[in-house]
Amino acid sequence: MTLTEIQIKKIEQHASNFQDTPGALLPLMHAIQDDLGYVPEGSYPIISKAYNLSIAEIHGFVTFYHHFRTHPAGKNVLQVCRAESCQAMGSEEIELYCKDTLGIDYHETTDDNLITLEPIYCLGNCACSPAVMINDNVIGRVSKKKIDDIIRMAKENS
Amino acid sequence: MTPKIYIPIDSTALSLGAEEVYRAILLESKNRDLEIEIIRNGSRGLFFLEPLVEVETDKGRMAYGPVDISDVPSLFDSEFFIGKPHELCLGLTDEIDWLKKQERLTFARVGITDPLNIKDYEKHDGFNGLKNAIKLEPQLIVKEVTDSGLRGRGGAAFPTGIKWQTVLDTPSEKKYIVCNADEGDSGTYSDRMIMEDDPFVLIEGMIIAGLAVGADMGYIYLRSEYPHALVVLNKAIDIAKENNYLGRNILSTNHNFELEVTRAAGAYICGEETSLLESLEGKRGMVRYKPPLPAIEGLYGKPTVVNNVISLATVPIIMDKGAAYYSDFGMGRSKGTLPIQLAGNLKNTGLIEKAFGITLRELLYDFGGGSATGKAIKAVQVGGPLGAFLPEAQFDTPLAYEKFSEVNAVLGHGGIVAFDTTADMSKLARYSFEFCAIESCGKCTPCRIGSTRGMEVIDKIKSGKDQEKNIKLLRDLGDTMVDGSLCAMGGMTPFPVISALNFFPEDFGVDKKETSA
Repeated sequence: MTLTEIQIKKIEQHASNFQDTPGALLPLMHAIQDDLGYVPEGSYPIISKAYNLSIAEIHGFVTFYHHFRTHPAGKNVLQVCRAESCQAMGSEEIELYCKDTLGIDYHETTDDNLITLEPIYCLGNCACSPAVMINDNVIGRVSKKKIDDIIRMAKENS
Repeated sequence: MTPKIYIPIDSTALSLGAEEVYRAILLESKNRDLEIEIIRNGSRGLFFLEPLVEVETDKGRMAYGPVDISDVPSLFDSEFFIGKPHELCLGLTDEIDWLKKQERLTFARVGITDPLNIKDYEKHDGFNGLKNAIKLEPQLIVKEVTDSGLRGRGGAAFPTGIKWQTVLDTPSEKKYIVCNADEGDSGTYSDRMIMEDDPFVLIEGMIIAGLAVGADMGYIYLRSEYPHALVVLNKAIDIAKENNYLGRNILSTNHNFELEVTRAAGAYICGEETSLLESLEGKRGMVRYKPPLPAIEGLYGKPTVVNNVISLATVPIIMDKGAAYYSDFGMGRSKGTLPIQLAGNLKNTGLIEKAFGITLRELLYDFGGGSATGKAIKAVQVGGPLGAFLPEAQFDTPLAYEKFSEVNAVLGHGGIVAFDTTADMSKLARYSFEFCAIESCGKCTPCRIGSTRGMEVIDKIKSGKDQEKNIKLLRDLGDTMVDGSLCAMGGMTPFPVISALNFFPEDFGVDKKETSA
């Protein structure tokens, strides 16, 4: 996927913003992902030049961290907690229900580009398991009905 | 007097609809032409009662909960805003048994104050510890923390004062304070609560750490799964700067301390301190060999204090009330209090800060009220995904580091996840390996390869294939990972696996006698 002129400009701007920041790659990749929705592989040569790093080093960095994605996500990201506390309260059933209802597996996006489904390992909401996060909003004591509501609201808001 | 209403802004309360309740109460008051003052406080940690709305009365705060938006009109009808009775009224908050039985030291202000109101913080003893510490020689601050008996609350339980002493004793023109806020263990949320509900106490603790060891720069390495905490911390840092607690010439002395939040990126391994430092330096979070210790060669090769949120947030009360006050709580070598987090399948979940020594059974039944589903509690996992499973027979174990070691378990960060009788322990054991395979940094072989082989061996045992041979293999693999891994990720993954096998062999489809080591 080639980048647009605007995307390239943005990446160059972010790269220059963190030029003097120690440990720049972490905040830089966040800035790019927050802005563009993902860290395009096309950004690697730009960052490579600005920071005197090899493309392999940048690729190695980005792919080490689960949070960074190298492809665009759907309009909404639904993260389902798979950790023990949620398992104790039936998260496996919620996982299956999400996959069935949306017709996708983890790390996939619905055909209408509405929702990307991701697993997550603990949202720190363990007092109200099972938990999911839709974009930046955590939802506790999730039921199948609440999943339906989340999907319906995502549709309405788009 | 204008009625004062408290509605929590903690993210667990929000996850149960606290924001909607806030909007409904605001709207209802407008519709009734009623002037009210709403304060967004942190959560008291009684999550089974959230959203918990409180109202100020002359006897103290009156609690109502759990409040649903549909309850709002009837609450107004019964004049809850002046503390009048309603079916959701729980009485005075401080008199709620669950809260009354606790010893809140680190969490003294949590749920009481508005997290971002620095005057409110000061009014509730905030910055008293810093004001004492700033007058002391660094060695005396370190001595106070050492004498308090405080041990690393992140899980490793290493004495905080000794770590600080090493950093103090290592000469360097630059030193760092790093707060490990990568709270990735399932069943834990006390770090999140401190950061969202009382962020200044963490900031105060980090400034004191800086004074103690001679560091003028601090980083909070915050997990990306906590977007709400990120916003609160950044605001709190700005407010602390405006009030001369951070930056140059703190409190008009010649001390300087800068503080920044760094957003992590979803790697569990970065909760391991050396991996965290690599990540902060902008690299893959690969675990470092030790020695050298981070206290001697840490961030960018400089002496670095790496402490958990709770450890740092406990320092202010120690510097305020003294080491003896803190160490009077607890049992044996486990001094002070532990913020315990009840999670998973329990009726009453939430945060309980208690002196060390309370038993699991008291926590699960007296506080937790038994399982949420009403079935018997089959097992609990304490200390996150690397902690052992404890069966009912071990529920009388007191919460203390040494007592847990005696039964081959760990206390970790104080998270307790309960499972009822429907839990399949072999599935949970397999998940432990799966999690390790997903999250391993890949540097050492036992962790990187052992985790995948472990899943396969469990599958073979469950399918009944060469069970005796494969059980022996699983135990051998566990020993290799425990003895041969670089860090706790591979070194502790066998704890939940082997404890599940030892206590629940029937879930693996084998007889008790066949599993014996």
